[in-house]
Order: sequence, then C-alpha cells, then structure tokens
Amino acid sequence: MKQWFKSGAPWIWLNGGAVALCMIMVVGLIGLIAVRGFSHFWPAEVLRTTVIDKQEQSQTVIGELVRSETIPAAVARDAGYSVPEGAELVTRHLIKQGNRDITGNDFMWYVATGMGEWDYPQDIMVLERRQWGNFYGFAQQIKAHGEVIAERDDAQFWQELEQRVARSVSLHEEIKAIENGAIGDVNHALEGLRLARKKLTINNADVATINRAEAEFAERRAELQTHYEVAKAERDALYQRLERDTLVMQVADGQTVLVPLHNIVRVSRPNALSVWGKLAEYSSRFWGFLVDDPREANTEGGIFPAIFGTVTLVLVMSIMVTPFGVLAAIYLHEYARQGPVLRLIRISVYNLAGVPSIVYGVFGLGFFVYFLGGSIDELFYPESMPTPTFGTPGLFWASLTLALLTLPVVIVSTEEGLSRIPKTIRQGSLALGATKSETLWKVVVPLATPAMMTGLILAVARAAGEVAPLMLVGVVKLAPSLPIDSHYPYLHLDQKIMHLGFYIYDVGFQSPNVEAARPLVYATAMTLVMLIIILNLAAIKIRNNLREKYRSASD
Amino acid sequence: MQKTPPVASEPESLMPQAQQRAKLRRTRKLKDRFSHWGVATAGIAVVGALGLIFFYLFSEVMPLLKGAKVTPVTQYSSTQVTEMTSPTVYQTLERYEQIGANYSESGQVQFFQVASGEPLLNVQLPAPADAEFSAMGYGTPTDALIAYGYSNGQVVVAQHVYNLSYPNDQRKITPELKYPLGAAPITLDQQGQSLTAVAIQKTARGYALVAATADNRLLLGSYTTQSNIMTGETSIRSQVYPLPALPNGATPRFAQVDAGASHVIVADNQAQLHVYDISNPQQISLTETIPTERGQTTALQFLVATGSVVMGTDSGSVSQWLLVRDSQNIYHLQHVREFESLPAAVTTIAPEYSRRGFLVGDSSGHLGIYYGTSSRTLLVKKVAKKGIAQLAISPINGRLIITDSGNHIQVVDVWNQHPEISFSSLWQKVWYEGRSQPEYIWQASSGGDTFEAKMSLIPLSVGTLKAAFFAMLFAMPLGVMGALYTAYFMTPKLRGVVKPSIEIMEALPTVILGFLAGLWLAPFLESHLPAIFSLLVFIPLIMLVVGFLWFLLPSSVRSFAPEGWEAAILVLPIILTGWLCVSLSPHIEVWFFDGSLRQWFTNHGITYDQRNALVVGIAMGFAVIPTIFSIAEDAVFNVPRHLTQGSLALGATRWQTVIGVVLPTASPGIFSAVMMGFGRAVGETMIVLMATGNSPLVNFNIFEGMRTLSANIAVELPETAVGSSHFRVLFLAALVLLTLTFIVNTCAEIIRQRLRKRYSNL
Repeated sequence: MKQWFKSGAPWIWLNGGAVALCMIMVVGLIGLIAVRGFSHFWPAEVLRTTVIDKQEQSQTVIGELVRSETIPAAVARDAGYSVPEGAELVTRHLIKQGNRDITGNDFMWYVATGMGEWDYPQDIMVLERRQWGNFYGFAQQIKAHGEVIAERDDAQFWQELEQRVARSVSLHEEIKAIENGAIGDVNHALEGLRLARKKLTINNADVATINRAEAEFAERRAELQTHYEVAKAERDALYQRLERDTLVMQVADGQTVLVPLHNIVRVSRPNALSVWGKLAEYSSRFWGFLVDDPREANTEGGIFPAIFGTVTLVLVMSIMVTPFGVLAAIYLHEYARQGPVLRLIRISVYNLAGVPSIVYGVFGLGFFVYFLGGSIDELFYPESMPTPTFGTPGLFWASLTLALLTLPVVIVSTEEGLSRIPKTIRQGSLALGATKSETLWKVVVPLATPAMMTGLILAVARAAGEVAPLMLVGVVKLAPSLPIDSHYPYLHLDQKIMHLGFYIYDVGFQSPNVEAARPLVYATAMTLVMLIIILNLAAIKIRNNLREKYRSASD
Repeated sequence: MQKTPPVASEPESLMPQAQQRAKLRRTRKLKDRFSHWGVATAGIAVVGALGLIFFYLFSEVMPLLKGAKVTPVTQYSSTQVTEMTSPTVYQTLERYEQIGANYSESGQVQFFQVASGEPLLNVQLPAPADAEFSAMGYGTPTDALIAYGYSNGQVVVAQHVYNLSYPNDQRKITPELKYPLGAAPITLDQQGQSLTAVAIQKTARGYALVAATADNRLLLGSYTTQSNIMTGETSIRSQVYPLPALPNGATPRFAQVDAGASHVIVADNQAQLHVYDISNPQQISLTETIPTERGQTTALQFLVATGSVVMGTDSGSVSQWLLVRDSQNIYHLQHVREFESLPAAVTTIAPEYSRRGFLVGDSSGHLGIYYGTSSRTLLVKKVAKKGIAQLAISPINGRLIITDSGNHIQVVDVWNQHPEISFSSLWQKVWYEGRSQPEYIWQASSGGDTFEAKMSLIPLSVGTLKAAFFAMLFAMPLGVMGALYTAYFMTPKLRGVVKPSIEIMEALPTVILGFLAGLWLAPFLESHLPAIFSLLVFIPLIMLVVGFLWFLLPSSVRSFAPEGWEAAILVLPIILTGWLCVSLSPHIEVWFFDGSLRQWFTNHGITYDQRNALVVGIAMGFAVIPTIFSIAEDAVFNVPRHLTQGSLALGATRWQTVIGVVLPTASPGIFSAVMMGFGRAVGETMIVLMATGNSPLVNFNIFEGMRTLSANIAVELPETAVGSSHFRVLFLAALVLLTLTFIVNTCAEIIRQRLRKRYSNL
C-alpha cells in the first residue's frame, strides 16, 4: 500500500475521478432535462385513491402522480400532516389533481400513511382547457343547447365527444383567423390613417391640403368601418355557434360540473389508451407544444412565438454579424500593419468575447435604444411621438446587441481559418500575377469559408442561449404579435419579441404557479438545449473536417 | 468599367492589345485599391465599434464626477420687486422656475416673475396690531410653511400655494397665500413676551410650533386640525406646552422641530446644541446637550425628511448632524459629516426639496452647494459682492435666487444632477439617516419621495466576489485536475469523447443552468443537505478505494483495461456512491440532526436560505469548469513530448513526471485558465439571478444568498429613469465589470501567448 501511495497512483485516480465527475455531471444534466422535458408530453396514467386530509377526513382524489419523496417525520409534522408516533421517515406523493377552478389547488402533497389502494379506472377523462388548466373527472353527458345528446353508457359517446371537441377547436381557429386577419388589417389601416393625419400637422401642411386629406381619410375610415362591421358580425356568429355544447363531468368527490366545450382544447382517456394510442397522443401533444400559442400566462399551451422570435432574432443577427465580422477579420489578418499595436488590438478584440454579456446589454440599452433609437424617432417618426418606435427596446436593437456580442467569435474563428491557409497557396496566386485583392477574394476567402461558417454557427449558438442582455434590449414575456406578418414592411424590426431563454427565466421564476409551469420549462429547456447542441456539433464537425482538409493541403 | 473582350475574338494573337491591357491593369489596380480601403474601413469601423463600448459607458458615467455649476441668468434690485425697503426674510421659487415669492419683515408677501422681477401678486400678512416682527421660521420646503413671530408673543402662519390650470392648453400658474392655522394671529406665549426664535413643521397630526421667548423660555405649540365629515369645515385644536429651560442660563438662538413631532433641536448662544424629546408633550425632557466645537451657531436647518440637521457657524464651518437612536431607544445628535468651510460666517441654509442636498450662503457673498449622503462639497464660489441674505432653490434643483444683504437679487441656473454619488458613498461606509452606525447598503429606490438612496457598491461587489469564489472553489479542482488527466493520462480514444462533451458543456445556455439551479438543485439541496457533506467525503474516498482495489487485482484482470481508462472505471462507483449518499440522507438527518439538518442549522444560529451561495457555487462552477478545462488542457497537452519522455526515461514515475516537469512548464497556462474562469464567474448573470435570493448582503456565509453587480443591473436597469444618478451608477457597475473582466482576460491572454512562445523555443 505504501508503495502504491509512493508511486503517485492515488493522485492519478483522483484526477481521473475529476474527469469522471465532470462527465457524469454533463450527461446527468442533459439527461435530466431530456427526461423531464420529454416525459411532460407522455399521457400519464390517472390514479384514484383515498387520502386522509389534514382535518382527518377521508377524501377521494384523482390525478397524476408527479413525484414522491421521503422526508423525516419531523418535517412532515411541521407541515401539518398527521404522522403516526414512532415513524421516523414518511413518504409523500405530489399529485396533480387539476380542477383548479373547483379545488383551488391543482397540485397537492399527500402523505402515504392512511392512503388507500391506487386504482386506474378506464373511463377517467383528462380535459385540457383554455382556462383553469387540466380537468380530471368522469364524463356523464354531452348536452347541446341544454338538451342531452349522449349519456356516458352510450356506445357512441366517445366518438360523439371527440367530434364535437374537434368542431369547437376548428371554430376557435376560424375566430382567431378573423381576428388576426380582417380585424387586424382594419386596425392597422386605421392606425396608418391616424399617423398620416398627424404627420400633416407636424409638417405644417397648408389648410387646403389638410382639408383635402381629411376628406379622403374620412372616406377611407368609413370604408374600413364597414369592413370591420362585416368581420365582427362574422366573428360574433362563430362565437354564437361555439356556445352550443356542454360536457357534464363528475369530479372525484361525486360533484357534477358543467364544462363548456369551447373551453376544451383536447380530451383524452389515458388509462384506456394502448401504448400506440399513447404514442399518438404524445406526438400530438408534442406537436401542439411546438406550434401553439401560450395560454394562461405562459403556463400552458405551446411556445411557438418564442421559437419564432428566437429564430428571427438569430437570423437578423447573422445577417449583421457575418459581413462585419468577416471584414474585420480580413482587415486584421491581411491588411493591418502587423506590430505591437495590432497585437494589442487583437488581444482586446479576442477578450471582448469574455466580457460579461450583461455589459453588452447595458451598452445596447444606452447607446442603441436610447441614443440611436431616440434620434431615429425624432428624425423619421415624429408623427407617432410620444409613443417611441425605435426609441424603445425591440427586435432590431436586440439583434444588433447580439451581433456586437458575437462579433469576437466570428472574428476569432475567421482569423483562425485565414491563418490556417498554407502560405504556398497564397504565394502561388500572387506569383501568377494576381493582385492582392484577387488573391484574397478568389483564393483565400473561398478556402476560409468553412471557418467563417464555424464562426457563424458558434455565434448563433451563443446568441440563441444568451438571455441577460436581451432582457434589457427587447425581449418580453408575452409579445402580442409575431415580428413577421402580412403588413408592410412585413418584418417589423421595432417590435418586441419572445425568446426561448427568456421564456425559461420568466415562466420558471416569475410565474405564479411554478408547479404547473415546471414541466413546460423543462420542455422548453430541452428544445433550447437540443437546438444548441445540434448547432455546436455541426460547428465541431465542420472545424474538424476543415483541419483535415488543410492538413492534406499543406503537406 | 468595361469588361475586356473575350480573348478568342482575336485570332491573330491570344494576348489582348496593349491598350486593352493597360485598361485592364487600371481596372484591376482600382479594384485592388477599392478592396483595400473597403476592408480597412469596415475593419477599423468594427474595431472602433467595439472600442465604443468603453467610451460610451465611460461617457455615461462621467457626469457623476462633475460638481455643481451655476450660470447667471439675470439680476435686479429687490426694490423692483417690492416698493418697500423692508428686508427680505424668506424667499421661494416654484417647480416651473417662473414665479418666486418674497417674504419681507413687514409681512408683505410678493409673488414675482423670476425672469423680469415684475410683481404678480402682493399680499399683506395679518400682522398683530402694535407688535413688531421679531423672528421667523420655516418648515421642510415641500410643505411651504412660514411662521412669523412677533414681539407680543403671537405667531402668524402662512403657506404659499401655486395652483396649476391649463386654459387653451397653456400652463398657467396662479400663486396664492393660505393660512393653514387661520388668518388671525395665534397667541403662543400667554405671557406676551417677544419671540426670539420660531420653528414650524407639518406633522402627521397637524402642526408643531416651537418658539423661544425673550426671557429664555421655550414653548411648544401643538395644533391638530380636524375636519368635520358632515360640514367639511376644519377646526383646530391647540395646546401649548412649556419646554425645560436650557442649562446654565443659555439663550436659545435657533430652534428646529422634526416632522415626527418627537424632537426639538435648539442652538444657543454658548456654542451648544440641545435635543429635547417631545414625543410625549406632557413629559418633555432635555435629552442631550453637546458643544458644537465649531463656534457660535449662525444657521440651523433640517434637511428633507427631518432626519438630520445642517449647522452653519460664525467661523463658516458647515456640518451635518444625525438623530441617531441608541440601544435604549433614546435619540442623540451625532456629528457625521464636515463639509468644506465657507470663508465667513454662515448666514442662511436652503435645503433641497427632495434630496439630501443643501445650499449655504455666507456673509462674504460665497455660495456653497453640498450634499449630505455623499459628503460632497459640490461648489464654493463667490457669487455676490455683499453677504448673502437669502437663497431660494427650485424644487427641481435647476434654478436659484440669491438675494444679498443689499437687497440685490440674482437669478442663476444650477447644474447639479448627480450630487448623491461620490467615491465615499459608493465604496465606503456611509452613515445613513435612521441608522445607528455607518453601513454598506444597496437600496437604490423606494416608494417615498424623500427616500435617501443608499447606493454602496460594496454589497454588490462582495456578492460578486462571493459567488465567484464559491464557483471557483468547486470548478478549480475539477477543471484543473480533469484537464491534467485528460491531457496527460487519458487514452486518445476516451479523449475524443471527453473533449467534445466539455465543449458542449461550455455552450449550454446559462439560463438553463440557472433555472435548474433555482428550481431543481436548490430544493434538492435543502432536503438533502447531509448528502452534500457525505458526498464531499465519500466521492474522493471511493476514487482512492477503487484505485487501490484495482492495484490489488491480478495483472491478468488489469490488462483488460490498460492505463488511461481510470476515469471510465470510476464512473460506476461514483454514481453508486452518489446514489447511496442521497438515499441515506434522510436517515443521517434522523440519526444525527434530530430529523432536519436545516432546522439544526437554525437552532445553531446559522441562517439558511434556500437559494444560497452553495447552489450558485455548484451551478456557476458547472458553467466555469469547461472554460478552465479547455485552456488548461491545451496548456498541458502542448508541453513538448521530449521533456516528459526524458523524465520518464530517467526513471521517474508518471506522477513524478507530472509534478516535476509537466506542471511547472504548464503552470502559466493553468494559471491563465483559472483567471479566465474567474472572469467568466464574475460576469455571469442568469445563474446568479435565478439561483440566489438577490438580497444585497455583505457576508461570506455559504448558506446565504447574495446580489451580484451583473444581476443587479439586470434587475434594476429596466426600471430606472434614464439619466438619473441611479441609472448612471448602474452604468458604472457595468463599467466596473467590463474593466475587471477585461484586465483579467488580458493578463490571462498575455500569459498564454508568452507560454506559447516558450513552448516553441523548447
């Protein structure tokens, strides 16, 4: 043993252990996110059991088991649970029992002591609602206009229900289409008229012009008003039709509750589903998560606006960062006079990659938003003052800030690519009589393209995950509309956007119902991690291929 | 620019003609030039844009350092304002800086246009018949209360009000004089003695008046207003209480009463200050008498919110005194700040309306602008030929009326935007109002108008360092040891897996780490605290035990996994140990800590927050490990092979080679890796934002939270007013972060470049 110690082997093992620990942490972390994120969509079995509540009353509970844990009895007693004498440890289960509008709490801890048998009745139904979260219970009847259409024992009950839910969901979509389409267009046009009128006053137009314009505007306004009336009538009719159906449900304690069908997004009977049925349900929920709008203060529904916002943000950023990053790298590497000053500049630029991102956010808010944006508003948008157009955080400033933040990444990567190009290639080109710019643009830069791609991908990966500066320069928890729509100029650079990373922060930490939001946050985190891992793996792959390519070229 | 014709069109020669060639050369040269200049411009612009960050942040911070500035606007004689020659006793200026008011000794109140001196409204106070003006006092400027004392022991209280109306969308200010205690003079001294000093203050219940009489008595008048709910009429209940006389027959010269109606501060003619406790008017007591040590008091005035008084003396000294509560709940007057003295005796003190600033005039015509919290003397300047009699600052601190003893009025514009920030208020302990000792506090805003902003960067800096320290404590051993092993001992096959994994780890968005730390790790740690401590002991132990067992195995078994696979062998034992520790955790709590370690901590006086430095240390450590790992691994891996091989050939073991050769050679690289990691930990925002309680504490307790510079910016910047001192201090915080990380990173980068050079020389 002494000899073993003397050889230094224990240290090697400890060092090895450090690597093992790091790997366990990385894999464990990604695994944790993946398991929690993916399992959110799995239609979990709904259990039914009886519990003894804090008032020593027995009550029936139905819901999904979220997690169980073992706690010391003392802690449980402090929390007010009745724990039998002598027990040291207690197991407790967190059950998602939904029905927030009826019970007030959709998540409850129940201690295992005194809990009855768990069973999984086939006909428990889970309703995903537009308001108040999930509903768990047994369906009794379907009513239309107050008349019973189907009873729970009817053979066609389930088909009837599914059909009617599908109808109300599609009606909802039609209403949304009208509101975003026709009514949105009218509002947009009206706002345009208002601004045009104000602009005339600001520009000191003469009375005749103003009067002529006023008449024209009034005409347009009347026309828009009729459009609006038509659209509104159409929408109201749809709302009327939506009111038709109601579902009569029985909750755990036997109480009967009416659930209007227009409040239901999705119905399922998880206990009755086969594995394949569950898979189908899983994919449908997952798809919904990716393409739906958020509901209930972001704690339910999908994350489509956040995905869309992140992608738009990153695209606009890429458009700005690529040319400038590449040009700066070419300048530093090809044109600037090499010397101590340039070395200092280079180190400084590289170091900016290590500057805290929040500093960029502060700069972006102060310089871009308040200084540049404020000036732009004064010069080009005086008519919409005092409402700022560009003088407030928005997509463009967020993209610009991120572009600045990721510039060093692109510069470093491009320069590395340029310096990896063998001298011989360059000299060959020059020897054939090409000018410096011809050598550069026709020989060197094309060869360095993969390096630029790597830089861009790394920049995109970093930008997609960055949140701190965005909180200051244009990302909000809930944006009313997407930054791209059918109104001119189609891409609205001044609009505020939603962002996956900020969504995680906001829903995880600012949401009133953390327990309900938690699975959604895991799912969002998983989406973001996947996106970033894929981007990074792509960058690593490209870089490695590049190295191989030039290793052979320089030989 | 024309393209050259295709070569094929000239059959006799393949070369273009000389003329065309010359043209082509010119075009190419032009393109070359254009490309050169274009790239250079863009490149310099980009580098400049990055440099702009420094300059912009700096330019936003600069105004904090500036003192105050006064620029004369206009001047006129006060006889222009009031035809009477009676001297001015009080002056004010309203919020829009257009209308001033002049209170003269004779009881004339004249509102006038500040710009021209043109009179607007003339009101005569209802002075008592056959009595002479003897003293005057005024309350906190926002209340606009003025009390005139007369030689027959009576008092008249007036209040100036500016009514706003907007006829034709134009702002119109109408001045008005009100009598909150009734238009008739109030008798304060029943004995009818002349009042030598008067003080007034609006209190929560009504009004408090304090007066000194010619025969050295002190009186407190308490006036409670009650409005009748039915009729809407207000009635006033008054009560006069005597105060104990000053000791040693001293004569009171100045008196001040606070807004809580609990203290009266009196300055006498023997260079002493006295504090009376009047919270119970039936039992008024003199709680303290202290010498001023600065000569005779010539002016005494409460600052806004009446937590501290400013005293000026005949020697020109200006000092601030705080009412400080001791452990017996008794308030004492504590001298906390001394400001730059004026050359002559102080004549008047004008407190600002909403900040802890004040303006002081002296008898030689000097004006001093000071600020309490930051102990700044912002300006001392001679502004008048004669002594200054009155100063009136506007509520928004933008304009000042100066009246000298020759009744000459000067109107000056004041620039005094950021007096509350100084080196001492940011980085040193400050004695704030209502506190029992100087402290480091960050509390930049609050609901109240008269809130004293506490902007010490110390709690935030300490929080930043604390978070970075615990993160480094976790990340440094793992990162450096892991790098050493990966670069030197690990088989290339395994290395090919580990390196990309660590790179992925680096790319993980910190918001995800922060969210896991806050929502998963923090509750987990709270309920499994013992597991953390047992893991700390058992994980290294199990590594050694596995290593030793491996050593004991017959070599035939060992050859299954050659050297360099230690890490892979250890994965399973570590996971098992971890699982064991976690599942044993509740039992350990039951066995050793009465069922709950958290409760046990509380019982032993250790504060435990759920989101604490331990959580941040682990989460941020996780974010920092890859930074340290990649750079350190690079440094170790690039140690020239011939050095290590030489060492091994001389008979050193692998570990001896590491200690003797590899580490000394690569140590600058490892050091720079640690610095880079530190730089990242200092600036990290999302993790600390989500995994700490964000409470600005000054301690290094691992079980308590903190607030860091970066998190503070993220929390507060969106809600501050643009251009305010708070806004600029947050920019300063950003600048501090930028400079700090920039210096750390530059050092690390320079060390790394040197190392690279050294390797290439070896």
